[in-house]
Amino acid sequence: MPTNDFLKIEKKGDAVIFTVLGDIDHHRAKKIKQLIDSEIFICQPNTVCINLGEVDFMDSSGLGLILGRYRISTELGIAFKLIEPNPRVMKILKLAGCEKILDIVGKEAAN
Amino acid sequence: MKNLNDLKDLKEYEKNESTKKTTKTKKRVKIVNSAELVFPSNSVNESLSRSFVSSFLMQLNPTVEDISDIKCAVSEAVTNSIVHAYSGVIGKIRIKAFITDERVVTIDIIDKGCGIGDVKEAMTPLFTTNTDGERSGMGFTVMETFTDKIKVYSAPGRGTRVRLVKKISE
Repeated sequence: MPTNDFLKIEKKGDAVIFTVLGDIDHHRAKKIKQLIDSEIFICQPNTVCINLGEVDFMDSSGLGLILGRYRISTELGIAFKLIEPNPRVMKILKLAGCEKILDIVGKEAAN
Repeated sequence: MKNLNDLKDLKEYEKNESTKKTTKTKKRVKIVNSAELVFPSNSVNESLSRSFVSSFLMQLNPTVEDISDIKCAVSEAVTNSIVHAYSGVIGKIRIKAFITDERVVTIDIIDKGCGIGDVKEAMTPLFTTNTDGERSGMGFTVMETFTDKIKVYSAPGRGTRVRLVKKISE
C-alpha cells in the first residue's frame, strides 16, 4: 500500500480509498490531485472513495480537488464517495452545495 | 463690538471643535496587540500564513470554529495573491494583524501584484479566471462567509489589500 506525506492509498475489492493526510490548501492540492488521478487511471476501480477523516483544514482549493475528482469519476462511470469530513471541512463543502451532489458517508459505511 | 462678538463665537466654535475631536479620539478602539509577517509568494508559505495568524490569535483563547474560519479566510486571500497577483513571478506578501480591546481582529493581506480591474466581478461566487475547472472560484465567497467584514482595495498594476475583520467570541 503506497503511502506518502500527502495520501494513503488502499484497495478494497473494486474500490480504491484515498485517505488524505494533513491540510488541503492550494500548495498541497496540486500534488494530491496528481497522485489521485494517476491511481484512478491505472487501477480503473468501480468506486473511488476520498477519506477526509484525517484532514483538519481545507480551503476552497479542496473544493476544486473534490469536485474535479468527482467530475473525472463520473465521466469514467466510476462511483464517487466522500468519507467523514469533519464539521469545519463540511462547512466549506456546504458552501459550494457539495452535500447535494456528493455521496458523503461515515467511516463504517466505507468498509 | 460686532467683530469682537464674532471673535468670541469663533473661539467658542474652536473650543467646541477641539472637544469634539477629543471625544472622537476617546471613542476610537484601542489596539492591544499587533503583528506582521512578510514572505515571498511561494505556495509552500500558505501553511506558514495560517500558522502565523492562528498562533497570534491564541492570546484571545478562541473557539476551534473561530480559528478555523479565520485560517480559512487568510488562506484564501494568500492563495489569491500567489496564484493571481503574482502569476508566474515571485513577489512579497505582507500580513498585518491587529487585535482591539473589544476582541475584534483585523487582518490585512497585502501584495504588490497585478491588481484587480473589477473587484465586484472578482468577488462574484464561482467567478474564476481559471478555465480548466480545477479552481472553484469560491475564494472571496469563503472570505465573506467566514468573516464579519471584508474590504478589498485594488487597482490594476498597484497591488491588492484585502482587509478581513472578525469578532472573536468570548
